[in-house]
Amino acid sequence: MAVVRNIQKLWGLGVGAIRQHAALRTSRVLQQRAFRLSGAQCQESFDSSLEKPQFPGASAEFIDHLEFIEPNVIAGIPVYRVMDRQGQIINPSEDPQLSKDTVLNFYQKMTLLNTMDRILYESQRQGRISFYMTNYGEEGTHIGSAAALDSNDLVFGQYREAGVLMYRGFPLDLFMAQCYANADDVGKGRQMPVHYGSKDHNFVTISSPLATQIPQAAGAAYAVKRENSNRVVICYFGEGAASEGDAHAGFNFSATLECPIIFFCRNNGYAISTPTHEQYRGDGIAARGPGYGMLSIRVDGNDVFAVYNATKEARRRAVAENQPFLIEAMTYRIGHHSTSDDSSAYRSVDEVNYWDKQDHPISRLRHYMTARGWWGEDEERTWRKQSRKLVMEAFERAERRLKPNPELIFTDVYDELTPALVRQRDSMMRHTQQYKEHYPFDLYEN
Amino acid sequence: MASAARLLLRSAAFKASVTDVYGGVHCNSVGISLLRLSPSCTLRLKTQKRHAAHFTFHSDPVPTKYGTTTKMNLFQSITSALDNTLASDPTAVIFGEDVAFGGVFRCTVGLRDKYGKDRVFNTPLCEQGIVGFGIGVATAGATAIAEIQFADYIFPAFDQIVNEAAKYRYRSGNQYDCGKLTIRAPWGCVGHGSLYHSQSPEAFFAHCPGLKVVVPRGPVQAKGLLLSCIADKNPCIFFEPKILYRAAVEQVPTDAYYLPLSQADIVQEGSDLTMVAWGTQVHVMREVANMAQDKLGVSCEVIDLQTILPWDIETVCKSVLKTGRLLISHEAPVTGGFAAEITTTVQEECFLNLEAPIARVCGYDTPFPHIFEPFYIPDKWKCFEAVKRMINY
Repeated sequence: MAVVRNIQKLWGLGVGAIRQHAALRTSRVLQQRAFRLSGAQCQESFDSSLEKPQFPGASAEFIDHLEFIEPNVIAGIPVYRVMDRQGQIINPSEDPQLSKDTVLNFYQKMTLLNTMDRILYESQRQGRISFYMTNYGEEGTHIGSAAALDSNDLVFGQYREAGVLMYRGFPLDLFMAQCYANADDVGKGRQMPVHYGSKDHNFVTISSPLATQIPQAAGAAYAVKRENSNRVVICYFGEGAASEGDAHAGFNFSATLECPIIFFCRNNGYAISTPTHEQYRGDGIAARGPGYGMLSIRVDGNDVFAVYNATKEARRRAVAENQPFLIEAMTYRIGHHSTSDDSSAYRSVDEVNYWDKQDHPISRLRHYMTARGWWGEDEERTWRKQSRKLVMEAFERAERRLKPNPELIFTDVYDELTPALVRQRDSMMRHTQQYKEHYPFDLYEN
Repeated sequence: MASAARLLLRSAAFKASVTDVYGGVHCNSVGISLLRLSPSCTLRLKTQKRHAAHFTFHSDPVPTKYGTTTKMNLFQSITSALDNTLASDPTAVIFGEDVAFGGVFRCTVGLRDKYGKDRVFNTPLCEQGIVGFGIGVATAGATAIAEIQFADYIFPAFDQIVNEAAKYRYRSGNQYDCGKLTIRAPWGCVGHGSLYHSQSPEAFFAHCPGLKVVVPRGPVQAKGLLLSCIADKNPCIFFEPKILYRAAVEQVPTDAYYLPLSQADIVQEGSDLTMVAWGTQVHVMREVANMAQDKLGVSCEVIDLQTILPWDIETVCKSVLKTGRLLISHEAPVTGGFAAEITTTVQEECFLNLEAPIARVCGYDTPFPHIFEPFYIPDKWKCFEAVKRMINY
């Protein structure tokens, strides 16, 4: 409103005819402005103010010819990379210069996750756990991003981010306890395997419905902002989940409500069997960020340093500026979607092999370490053996453990048991005692 | 498309609420202003005038145990509860569509000025986002009071409410919860709200363990129950009968006070028949109880259920054990309505005491219609007829 009034003061009210004439002229000038950004600024003070659109919904110039904005999908947003496939740093100024210990820790966490994946995947094939989802090929996105965060930054995940928990020191025993749903599971055996969560590690419990965590993470980030506590929230999701309405909600809310949050999209090419060209037609997920007014970047998800750098900078700025950041990590889902899926039904083995053998986050980091003399065959052999032993020991302990007490069906529905739930619990216990030979009581604690 | 239509209706509903709903002039005010442009408007207005409201608000006795009281209507008592909360809990935030300027029903008037724009703020127009955002605020440990503009528009957030909010504590083994989330939504028929400004969706949520669902019948209950919902350690949905926003006026304590959840309120004692309802329908039932007393000499016990989930089985069953007859009434459609749940439970618990089949007087199994509203709602005459039949059974 004030702008309108100013314009009227400056130019007077009786210049309608001149104005009309000027309209044609300026809009012609403006056409060129759209494509010459730097030169445009000085044109402003000349005579464009009269002709500037006053619509509250957007800040833009008029244009006098019909032209649809074309999406830029052929030459998309570039993929930020720090080291090449042989582990060579490409641009020394981008080298995060991490210490040997830090890099060894990255490598060991990535490989430990890989070892755990192999053992739990096999255990599902043998029917020892009911379900599993591996992280093959995406280890770099987890470790690189987790390392760039503070340990009290709140994490919301989808289900393929076990490496974040691994990096934060979630014990192998508790990974196993959750998958086995035994009495040690902090989730009390209620959810399917890989639905991890840990209050101690600031990792919000995973749930199956896709993308629901995205607006939740925005809300948590808003609360964190009001706490004034130098924390951010990070929210992981796949490119398939980004099609959900909740993704739209979360992006838009976090931008309009100025939330310190990092949206981290794992674009691995597939949502179960659906390839990305059936998921979207724009330039991936990163290209949507600017549409919401979000700073966005695309990184090589198989380059742990690129992921680390992007997350580190996004974290720094999100905290300082209270605004959301979007990181799209390009990667490839090497494993099957889950143990209930055979991915050879919809993609070629050659394609999988390329990513497994030629461009893998673990082998790339190993090249980097080898080139520096930080890692050799001996270390590799020893660590493989040791990590396998750690996982197998935890695995065996988890398998031997009893399941939680069946009465835990009823607690935590509400903060307290309701009278109706007390009656239902008592009724179940009476019934199962009467028919106890038909129920697997020997496997459960009592 | 849908949101454009909704915006139109939103302003219509807001303006209608500014006009005197209590007086029963249900003319849509947009309609009135259009009619005034035509020369025959006065005449037209008379012929178009709708019949009186379907209920008479019965105010409660002035509560004495909570300190000083002020005369408030229902929307003012909501504001008062929100004001008390923001004053005492620095983490509490209020958000939703159009809450910043005071809300389309005036429930948040003045709060933004008093507590700041980081605590009372507008969100983008997206219900799944509002509830998801609220869950996140609560998960991070702050108090979240979300508004859904009409209960009719809560369904886009159904997934966030049912799969997420309700199951947060359970699935995490009590590591994380969103107990500090309260969702408020205007609810129930309003005379002319048609399909999407009239719904009573409580039964959809009653099937969802982990939620609490609460409906007040007047300003005193609204404030006390809303404060309990906000303080409760579980996600709560608080439905506000929008027809009462201005119509219901009574003395309400100005300080914070808490009315217990999951506890029904016996608003009138009786010996021959138990009536159970919630929200506006409690006032219909009170009138029916008076009619039954006057015309049939029947003594009715009227119970306001107040909390739909988890509901107060004990109070209802105790009453039916005494009276032997039960009539349940709600505005929502009969099939799968919450009356079905009450009926089954009472039948199980009070089989030997029942002297007549349990009666349900509810909305029909149709969408909520516009011009046919007077025929659709379970008004006092339909309820009275049910009483007559039960007594003569």
